[in-house]
Amino acid sequence: MSKLNKNSNGYIFGYAIILTLVCGTLLAFVSEGLRGRQKAAELVEKQKFILKAGLGANSLDGLSGQQITELYDKVVKVDMINSKGEKVDADEAKLSIFKEYKKKDVTARSLPVYVVGKKDNPTEVESYVLPTYGNGLWDNVWAYVAIDGDVETIEGIVFDHKGETPGLGARITDTVIQNRFVNKKLSYSDNAIDAPDFQKGEGNNYDNEPQKVDGMSGATITGVGVNEMLDVYMTLYRPYLASKKK
Amino acid sequence: MSTEVVEKVEVKKDKEALLSKKRKALVSNPMDSDNPITIQVLGICSALAVTIALEGTLIMAMAVMFVLVLANVVISALRNTIPNRIRIIVQLVVVATLVATVDQVLRAFAYEQSKALSVFVGLIITNCIVMGRLEAFALGNKPWDSFLDGIGNALGYGWIIIAIAFVRELFGAGKLLGYQVLDKAWYTANGFFATPAAACIILGVIIWILRARSGYVED
Repeated sequence: MSKLNKNSNGYIFGYAIILTLVCGTLLAFVSEGLRGRQKAAELVEKQKFILKAGLGANSLDGLSGQQITELYDKVVKVDMINSKGEKVDADEAKLSIFKEYKKKDVTARSLPVYVVGKKDNPTEVESYVLPTYGNGLWDNVWAYVAIDGDVETIEGIVFDHKGETPGLGARITDTVIQNRFVNKKLSYSDNAIDAPDFQKGEGNNYDNEPQKVDGMSGATITGVGVNEMLDVYMTLYRPYLASKKK
Repeated sequence: MSTEVVEKVEVKKDKEALLSKKRKALVSNPMDSDNPITIQVLGICSALAVTIALEGTLIMAMAVMFVLVLANVVISALRNTIPNRIRIIVQLVVVATLVATVDQVLRAFAYEQSKALSVFVGLIITNCIVMGRLEAFALGNKPWDSFLDGIGNALGYGWIIIAIAFVRELFGAGKLLGYQVLDKAWYTANGFFATPAAACIILGVIIWILRARSGYVED
């Protein structure tokens, strides 16, 4: 070492280049090596959301990732549709709800509908799970909304978000908040669906008002974002839901 | 030679025991009298941000330990080759590589927790404790001592954030590690503890207790 001038430009450049190469190569290996597992983890999470919405918040308690996938394969079928309710030719596995959401022309979006069958009799429809996507306060929020076979009653809902405030807007991931939507009703009008809305304030009783949901104190803007997301997407799903009306 | 601010812990005597008194102090001091959070007041941002529940906090503490220990060892092993003019950049590259690795591993094996910790795993890169130990210790000491120093400081950071998370989860949600321990029938979860402000207050109380006990006073 003593012969090298460690402060020469050549040494510094060489050092930086070698260090970058070594670290870069290491990271490339780590990333490649773990990619399979990461994709699998993401998929299980999606399946978990769909099943929790469709079968109930506690339906997956104690199940491992593999068991969740098995249950999903057993009871869930996917319909790919557009906003007119027509079937479209798209691969659900490759579809990104986020990319579809970014399409300015909402009618151009491909929409997956997860038809969840009953646990003991998968051919009988338990609920239709509809993914939605929108904006919260800081970043995107999304939800899987499960509509009962009567295409009117919300059977379950699972929210998630990217960056809402912990303790405030991030509470949309709490089961307590999500359960407030259960048994609320969609209201059909000629060309739209009005989904139940978070109200301002918290701690109010809306048991007898199927269109109103007790709000989240301190998270009004997240609530407004959620309300808008649900209205926009339920309207997009309207033709499909209407066609399933018995 | 490398920098003037290095704390030289002279453990150069040829055959010093692997765990001599001095070396034990490298681990034990940062837990108490030289704690990175309560005495040096470093790493506060993450101590406030990730302490809402115990599980995530434990993962965070382990992640910081992994990064701090390995970064200390690597930088210490390279200390005689690192050009002084780019030493901070070299440290950053090593730390960033380790943090990116942790982030990838969490995403593969603890997906839900990695989402809950979100940016704060990435922000270990800028955790002042990590850079502080590299600058102040690893650049001037041998790998084994740096290893011990990393363990000590990571534990010192870890136990504080775990203590904060314990209080916050217990009173903020009535739970510990996700299990309900305070019965909902008589305990209403106190939302205040779920906010970072509560973390700040709890941290203040911990600092107060520790400093009152040790008699440490800021200059």
